[in-house]
Amino acid sequence: MKLLYALCGVVALVALAWLGAGLLRLELVFGVVIPYVAFVLFLVGFTYRVIRWGRAAVPFRIPTTGGQQKSLPWIRHNRIGNPSTVAGVVGKMALELLFFRSLFYNTRAEKRGEALGFGSAKWLWLGALAFHWSLLVVALRHLRLFFEPVPGFVLGLGAADSFLQVGVPLLYLTDVLLLGALTFLFLRRVVAPRIRYISLSADYFALFLLIGVALTGVLMRYFFKVDMVAVKELTMGLVTLHPAIQPATALGPIFYIHLFLVSSLAAYFPWSKLMHAGGFFLAPTRNLPNNSRAKRHINPWNPQVETHSYAAYEDEFREKMLKVGLPVERLVDEAEEAVAP
Amino acid sequence: MYKPVRIVAFLLVILGLVLAPVWLNQGRVAAVPAPSLDTQAINALEERQCVESAAYMRAEHMLLLDSWRTAVVRDGATTYTSSAGRVYAMSLEDSCLGCHDNRAEFCDSCHAYVAAEPNCWSCHNGEEGVTGR
Repeated sequence: MKLLYALCGVVALVALAWLGAGLLRLELVFGVVIPYVAFVLFLVGFTYRVIRWGRAAVPFRIPTTGGQQKSLPWIRHNRIGNPSTVAGVVGKMALELLFFRSLFYNTRAEKRGEALGFGSAKWLWLGALAFHWSLLVVALRHLRLFFEPVPGFVLGLGAADSFLQVGVPLLYLTDVLLLGALTFLFLRRVVAPRIRYISLSADYFALFLLIGVALTGVLMRYFFKVDMVAVKELTMGLVTLHPAIQPATALGPIFYIHLFLVSSLAAYFPWSKLMHAGGFFLAPTRNLPNNSRAKRHINPWNPQVETHSYAAYEDEFREKMLKVGLPVERLVDEAEEAVAP
Repeated sequence: MYKPVRIVAFLLVILGLVLAPVWLNQGRVAAVPAPSLDTQAINALEERQCVESAAYMRAEHMLLLDSWRTAVVRDGATTYTSSAGRVYAMSLEDSCLGCHDNRAEFCDSCHAYVAAEPNCWSCHNGEEGVTGR
């Protein structure tokens, strides 16, 4: 059911784009207005979420650790797994960001007959790594539509990505990897009963939206031919703030569906679980060195507690205490004593 | 904000990266390529018509050339019969470049614009090319 809601949502988006750009010929709306609005929503949403997180209270060190904490000199300290310095944190974050280290350590317990098996589970790590790296390469390859002349590294990336030289236009390996990884990540949610149980509509929706984007992109490149010169004219117009409307007849509904799905993704991004891209850097369980034992962290907004020490009490009532014969620790005020001799 | 400098710096880096195409282009609109059909051979034609319709050629020329290559190299075929029933020699250098002898203004103008790098020219490269033209 949750899956069905998400699927209907993405199908509705596709239908909307097909209807609007393909049939009603609203090229201005779908080619210019919606991409701009979506992009602004993305920027505003991203900034809003980061600032909100930036305002949240992080008084103490709460890193999740995987390794021996720095303690006595003869106990080997795991500098990356349990960093005590900023450099260590940078190392831990970099490994996590580039290679998903915590997913690599994923383990799984399973009952086989009467015995409990316990072992490493790397499929999620592999699928996630393939998906994210492919997405990055695909996104960087798209820069050819936003620069004229096209930067050398984008050309190099495209050439490396298609080095097998399969078919015409040349097959990009990341296209295959991206769709394969997304299919795996989707099947994982459907096939594994425990993961299926905890999957929400939002999980499926993000996957379907990404699959929709990748699929329309692949269809456009390899099957329906779109006029690339017209596409680049449109994208360059958008990015130079001189939008040029392209007739849907030149681009075909498939291009507008792709563009609309990408716009939906951009607009949806900051308000959804996809925002882990920004949250990654702000997670206090990841970006703090574990130095609670070496350094005292005082909560900066602890309320000021009024105290009345015995010394101050005695200063206040000394004369009365002496008068009734109560014992006192000092005969005169500390301040006066400092002056007297 | 508890660490305003870091938060703002982080946001500036991210927004700078995302907006890189906008601020690097600085609003300069690049000229859209207009492939030139102005060659002697084309001007001399009675009917200015490529082997197939212009729309078909624009979308499918790479597949057509690829099928020509396969037909010539693997099957030994030498002629192509167009949908209009005309017969052409399946040759990039004689048929295609015979009319379009302005590669820079015709082929390369669009290919460079959309960063398509066809591997035609690694063999068909003038003096040292397969036909020695």
